[in-house]
Amino acid sequence: MAVTTDAATADRVPRRNLGVLLGRESGIIIGFLILCAVFAWLNPAFMRVENLLDVAQQSSITAVLAIGMTLVIITAGIDLSVGSVVALSAYLTADLMDRGVPVALAILAGLGCGLLAGALNGLLITKGQLPAFIVTLGTMSLIRGLVLIYSQGTPVYGVPPAFKSLIGGHLLGVPIPVLIAAVIAILAYLALQYTPFGQQVIAIGGNEEAARLSGINVQRRLVSVYMISGMLAGVGALILTARLGAAEPISGVGYELNAIAAAVMGGASLAGGQGSILGTVVGALIMGALQNGLTLNNVPSFYQQVAVGAVIIVAVFVDQWRRRKVA
Amino acid sequence: MTEPLLLEMHGISKTYPGVQALKGIDLQLRAGEVLALVGENGAGKSTLMKILSGAVQADGGEIRLLEQPVQITDPRHTRGLGIAMIHQELALVPQFSAVQNLFMGRELTLRNGFLDWTRARAEAKAILARFNLSIDVDRPVSQLPLAIRQMIEIARAISSGARIVIMDEPTSSLTAHETEDLFRVTRSLRDEGVGVIYISHHLEELFHLCDRATVLRDGALVGTVDIANSSRDQIVRMMVGREPSEFAKREHLEPGEEVLRVEGITRAGVLRDVSLTVRRGEVVGLAGLVGAGRSELARAIIGADPIDAGRVLLNGREVRIRTPEDAARVGIAYVPEDRKGQGLVLGMSIEANVTLPILRKLTRRGLLRTRRRREVAQKLVSDVQMRPPDVRRLAMQLSGGNQQKVVLGKWLGDNATVFILDEPTRGIDVGAKVEIYHLIDRLARAGAGVLLISSELPEILGLSDRIGVMRQGRIVDHCSRAEATEERIVQAAMAG
Repeated sequence: MAVTTDAATADRVPRRNLGVLLGRESGIIIGFLILCAVFAWLNPAFMRVENLLDVAQQSSITAVLAIGMTLVIITAGIDLSVGSVVALSAYLTADLMDRGVPVALAILAGLGCGLLAGALNGLLITKGQLPAFIVTLGTMSLIRGLVLIYSQGTPVYGVPPAFKSLIGGHLLGVPIPVLIAAVIAILAYLALQYTPFGQQVIAIGGNEEAARLSGINVQRRLVSVYMISGMLAGVGALILTARLGAAEPISGVGYELNAIAAAVMGGASLAGGQGSILGTVVGALIMGALQNGLTLNNVPSFYQQVAVGAVIIVAVFVDQWRRRKVA
Repeated sequence: MTEPLLLEMHGISKTYPGVQALKGIDLQLRAGEVLALVGENGAGKSTLMKILSGAVQADGGEIRLLEQPVQITDPRHTRGLGIAMIHQELALVPQFSAVQNLFMGRELTLRNGFLDWTRARAEAKAILARFNLSIDVDRPVSQLPLAIRQMIEIARAISSGARIVIMDEPTSSLTAHETEDLFRVTRSLRDEGVGVIYISHHLEELFHLCDRATVLRDGALVGTVDIANSSRDQIVRMMVGREPSEFAKREHLEPGEEVLRVEGITRAGVLRDVSLTVRRGEVVGLAGLVGAGRSELARAIIGADPIDAGRVLLNGREVRIRTPEDAARVGIAYVPEDRKGQGLVLGMSIEANVTLPILRKLTRRGLLRTRRRREVAQKLVSDVQMRPPDVRRLAMQLSGGNQQKVVLGKWLGDNATVFILDEPTRGIDVGAKVEIYHLIDRLARAGAGVLLISSELPEILGLSDRIGVMRQGRIVDHCSRAEATEERIVQAAMAG
């Protein structure tokens, strides 16, 4: 009897749970913590500080790309070209350095290459009035082809140590790629929530026509968003090159899918108007932790692919289910 | 004549956290009648119909169909029970033809399992003939006028055995002619013994079409009356709980100098050499039938659609407006006709929506000043008398009236001098309408020029200082308020 009364009152009082404290990213954060707990239980070495930093480092490229992808997805777009842009930017930067161009210039060239690719995507989508999926599917193949032609299919190994320690080194014990990803995440979060640009981007994704009629220059915003995505692919390329100490024309294959997965797990809606930088970062961490934890437990890489796919689907399923319950 | 009771809802109650949405509502629908369900937005009409269609569960009360108590717990039940809801947003597959839509979910097949197109086509024609519709049944319905699509949907409901048809604002996007066709079809349904529940804000329609009216106010039943023995005023009084004042009436002000001048705007096939002026403190009404080019003119002025010729002058100086961004910058505010599709970002808060055009003004060193933004949003929302004034709610959670207030409110923060309002009161309740009329008056008094597009003649006649009538993309008549009569405007809009 007492139990039923309790249950009845519990229903009436609005429940205060962790979800209220953490906001709408609570689901994915809890999921991430559970995942970590499971790996820690399977193998205590997972929770060692060096290993956690490894997870963060392994997630950094996905996180950087996924942040750009989140902005794109919020506008109801998609950018399938980022994996190819990573390859082109990485190869260009490494090749320039190999030919003796100063490191700073080579870095600028890599970032500029990403910006240009993004501008091309953005202009084709807005001025050409083509679907983002088609445009970026096309540039994905086109840019991949350019790298292969440019490289003749051979890798570049001559990456100077100065570059490796600048981008791939450590600062106060933390891998620099992690710091880069963190800074980009904070900037993106601020831009999205606290600048007119970010609010306008969300509005465009929510209702493009209403945004246009409110005096927002929709085309310019969209081009900017694809340029940001392209430039972040350039950043990812720098991290990749520094970590590998080389650049391959076939690198970055499938990166766009990891980025999309992280963004969508983090709560971005492919229909536009919704997305969270915090959620996306946690999504990228989940991908990194999965890879790291499975390897640590000697799961063969073929099986890892199956696990990653399953986790993506389960994560989005739980998120959707939770939202429906709230609504 | 006591027709059998098709439907009886008795003592229906529904409580949402913190609100009692419905308080013991009774509703009876007889076979062969059209029952109007009226009330202001938020009165409980939609909730009641959602309960009937199974989308929402009642907390208390009973529903009987043909005297038998039924439990409706799932929208899928209603089809089996013979209840069909015709939504504002139509539930047809646009790419499908009339045949495909009519038999969707109950496709006719040959013995070998393949679709029986010959029989389906013949039956579709027979069904549509009952509604006096002779259309190409193989064309995708997206190529048919909205009114025809609506009738196909009604035909589908009836042919799949519906005895009760609920129509929610079915005429909101129809022309006068199409409305008449819909009425004809509705009357023939009634004569065949179907019961129709008809929800509309247009009181005139109720008097043309309905037999009885059930009136709700604040979630409670006010009463059910025979239309034949009631007056318009009586029903309005029941809806709003107070005497209907003269709804749309504005004092004429002495206008100031010219603020907007449009010269010779032409867009091939849409607008032909349209010129007009609006002075400060003046409301210029633009009347005409749907499709006469009024919305197209508004969109041309603000640069949402390209023009082939013509120019726009603001305060006597020519301004180049090629995009809505240009229009907003020079101080022309535009409230579009389709507030959900074009006016609001439904997934964003009220605060985000009303500050959308002025975000740049709310920043310091590039970052948004969130507290300032909230203050500004609250001020704008109180300027348009939105209740409750909680700016954190999402636009999608608001009633039609409040949504319209948000769309209007977002232009009040930007010192606009010209307001182009396209059907600002369509589909919203009487109370909110009156508040929007007051707001229009306040805008004019504050020295703005208002171009008011409306399909409701009392609104045009009551609010405008001058009136232009459009037909086939041009202004065909132009008169002062003193010269304007309903007959003159209707004649100008329809002639030719």
